[in-house]
Amino acid sequence: MGLVDRGRLPAPLTKLFNLGRSYSMWVYQWGLACCAIEMGAAFGSPRYDVMRLGVIPLPASPRQADLVVVSGTVTDKMAPAVKRLYEQMPEPKYVISMGSCANCGGPYWDSYSVTKGVDQIIPVDVYVPGCPPRPEALLEGVVLLQQRIKNEDMAARWRGEGFTPLQRAESEPIVVGGGPIE
Amino acid sequence: MTMLSERQQLSYIAAQAADARLNVELETEGMTLNIGPQHPATHGTLRIIARLDGEQVVWAEPVAGYMHRGYEKLTEVRTYPQVTALINRIDWLGSFANEVPFILAAEQLMEVEAPPRAQHIRTILFELSRIANVSLFLGDLGVQMGAVTPVFMAFRDREYVLNLIEGATGGRFHPNFDRIGGLKDDLPKGWIDETRQVMKKLRNFCDEIEDLLFGNEIFQSRTRGIGVIPAEVAKEYGLSGANLRASGVDWDLRRDQKLPLAYDKVDFRVWTHPDGDSWARCWIRLQEVREATKIVDQLIETIPAGPVMAKVPRIIKVPEGEAWVSTENPLGEMGYYVVSKGDLGPFRVKIRSASFNNISITPWVLKGVYVPDIITILASLYFILGDIDR
Repeated sequence: MGLVDRGRLPAPLTKLFNLGRSYSMWVYQWGLACCAIEMGAAFGSPRYDVMRLGVIPLPASPRQADLVVVSGTVTDKMAPAVKRLYEQMPEPKYVISMGSCANCGGPYWDSYSVTKGVDQIIPVDVYVPGCPPRPEALLEGVVLLQQRIKNEDMAARWRGEGFTPLQRAESEPIVVGGGPIE
Repeated sequence: MTMLSERQQLSYIAAQAADARLNVELETEGMTLNIGPQHPATHGTLRIIARLDGEQVVWAEPVAGYMHRGYEKLTEVRTYPQVTALINRIDWLGSFANEVPFILAAEQLMEVEAPPRAQHIRTILFELSRIANVSLFLGDLGVQMGAVTPVFMAFRDREYVLNLIEGATGGRFHPNFDRIGGLKDDLPKGWIDETRQVMKKLRNFCDEIEDLLFGNEIFQSRTRGIGVIPAEVAKEYGLSGANLRASGVDWDLRRDQKLPLAYDKVDFRVWTHPDGDSWARCWIRLQEVREATKIVDQLIETIPAGPVMAKVPRIIKVPEGEAWVSTENPLGEMGYYVVSKGDLGPFRVKIRSASFNNISITPWVLKGVYVPDIITILASLYFILGDIDR
């Protein structure tokens, strides 16, 4: 993979790699609160079955994961652990923030102990709103993230530039069921 | 000191040296094991610090507070209908059951009583949320011991119950359906027939779990005689719900308490188990799901006619006073102590949640157990983090 390291990967090859990456994501289930159960329903139940989308929800540790779903309220006491677990994941890594609490604090917007949004501590790719979101909404978030990965410039990611699209100029986070965040 | 011959002295020294060598070989080193705050076995974000000697726990302590969201403070700045929306999220698996004691306390202060039909439907939804809660426990139990199949079955059959709750209330997870003085809406058409069928499916699920999991030899050897809590200790630590009944204490607030709910109209059995070990706690919960399906079956046959909402003012102001109401929730006794000063919102709410007391016994019960048993004991105690930390 020397081509990727040197940042000189031809576009057709990038697309091929991206196709492979988007359909073999290992997702670390980060169950924190109520949303963890809906995430469990989406990832671990026969009705919603996320594996048909090419997502494997069973890595043993964050060190083996490509994608993390932060589902639930992040409290100030939990925030250092969230950051540390995110840092343990290998690049390239993606984050889905699931539920109102992880997005912005949700019903606890005026609580003294809740972090108002996990995006204050780690970068978020896809926001899934809802309290808690239905499993279908989480699945749509996964599909949107796959579309985003297919359109990613891998070499730029390797150089540490974060998410850079290949063609379209859309690098802002995705919101399920809505437009870009203001 | 008696004089020893040279030979005796030498043999004594040799024996001591041999002892010392033996001690060196078998000496175990102390080690601190940190479980959590993110670990699949902790049902969320509980952290357990265990000090080990070899493979035995000599000291263990739960560290709560990773999911503390400040409910008691938030209730002071919310109005009564808003508080109902908030407290749904305490025990997130059986959400409807959280609303009921709070609403009953507020009704007690306002001196209104829900019409019989509303009380009846409340009880049905209460038991449905118990089924939704405990059926996931039964599936999750297998995961803690390395069996992944039961959790798929639990999620499969739990969806039916969630569909019922969604059909009646509009909310799949957090219904927010209870109002002071009754319910938001009546039951939809065809709901009762569907409920009847789902309850049959749930009883099949219980039979399956009993065959597959409880009849499994590995499961039995991992739970029988492990983590025994005697009745006296259980009472001292304030355990409630199935954990208390598994220690042989016949105590159930559904039966023992007189509340405006329809439990006096149904015939159900309160199961107890004399053993007090992990097996007993799991088995009691299995029986409770069965009992709950039977309660729902009896209740849907006898729903009285009438309105679902009593006459209450549009803007709810609760008169001055204090009230304490507790109910038998899926996890144990849950109660609200509501202090009102006559405002739109409560002045102070004390929440007594079951899991907080249920995990307070972990330092006692984990002392002396082996490391793999930590997980099974925690699983059988069954807590939910929102219920611990609030």
